[in-house]
Amino acid sequence: MTRWTAEVRVTLRHGIADPEGLSIADALRALGHAGVEEVRSGKLIRVVFSADDRAAAEAEVSEMCRRLLANPVMEDASWDLGTEPEAVAIGSGG
Amino acid sequence: MTITRARPRVAVAVFPGTWSERDFAHVASEVLDWAVHLVWHTEVELGGPDAVVLPGGFAHGDHLRTGAIARFSPIMRSVEAFAASGGPVIGSCNGFQILTEAGMLPGALMRNDHLEFRCDWQVLRVEAPASAPAWLGDLSEGELIRLPISHGEGRYVADPRVLDDLEVNHRVVLRYADESGAVTPAANPNGSERGIAGIVNATGNVLGLMPHPERAAEAEIGGTDGLRLFRSLERWLQARPAAVERRL
Repeated sequence: MTRWTAEVRVTLRHGIADPEGLSIADALRALGHAGVEEVRSGKLIRVVFSADDRAAAEAEVSEMCRRLLANPVMEDASWDLGTEPEAVAIGSGG
Repeated sequence: MTITRARPRVAVAVFPGTWSERDFAHVASEVLDWAVHLVWHTEVELGGPDAVVLPGGFAHGDHLRTGAIARFSPIMRSVEAFAASGGPVIGSCNGFQILTEAGMLPGALMRNDHLEFRCDWQVLRVEAPASAPAWLGDLSEGELIRLPISHGEGRYVADPRVLDDLEVNHRVVLRYADESGAVTPAANPNGSERGIAGIVNATGNVLGLMPHPERAAEAEIGGTDGLRLFRSLERWLQARPAAVERRL
């Protein structure tokens, strides 16, 4: 068994209104970022789990997304999959 | 010959974070003298009710999405089986959100378009009450009722073809309206598509609505229109042939 880390991004499907994104965009413009055209909000979910190989891990993440992590009525899910948490670590601002 | 039936028995599901179960239980037991059974979400038996209530609140903290965790609680398997056998189920507010997450009703409830929690009395227009006879049998097509709303995530969304299907099959049963009965953007408290406040499943026994009928069951607290849903159920149960009574 290998230890995997999946970073799952859950975003609103195209065409679904995102009032939080609109509100964030307004706030950014109010801060002087006049060039902001659009903001879409979403969720980042990191899952650490065990699976035999990459194919099994991919299948398992897909199932997690389908059954729980995203609601297909209004959300899409995509993910990065790595064997070490560092492998998919995201950059952070100061 | 008069057949005396037992008083209605209702099971009210309780999840961690549910907050409206006592209001439903109060109306059922104190106002109507029904038998009420509060069922903790880890239980698997509903206890043979005549109807099931999924009340409002914040089940499992609304983590991930409203209703997303609650739908996997053990009790939901029994609720799904009860509904599949034709038993009347009502999901109000968070209960509606759970019903959509469980796939028992189509669509989803999302963050209000203005991002505010909205707690107010709301006018609703009743449509196609015959589509949900157990819950709306005492109400009339086109009539206006007043019920409280209390939610931050009540914006009903679904694919246009799902919305069209709901409309064509008369499964939209409550819409947000103004005092004149007009369904307008100004009367819509959360940005729901087509002003939808409540829908029913294809077999007519599962009703989901964002408003709170249990909070409008006594004149002392502002209105009794919600009580009419309970009265509808009572009448529907009395009229139901004994042969089709469900005992799960």
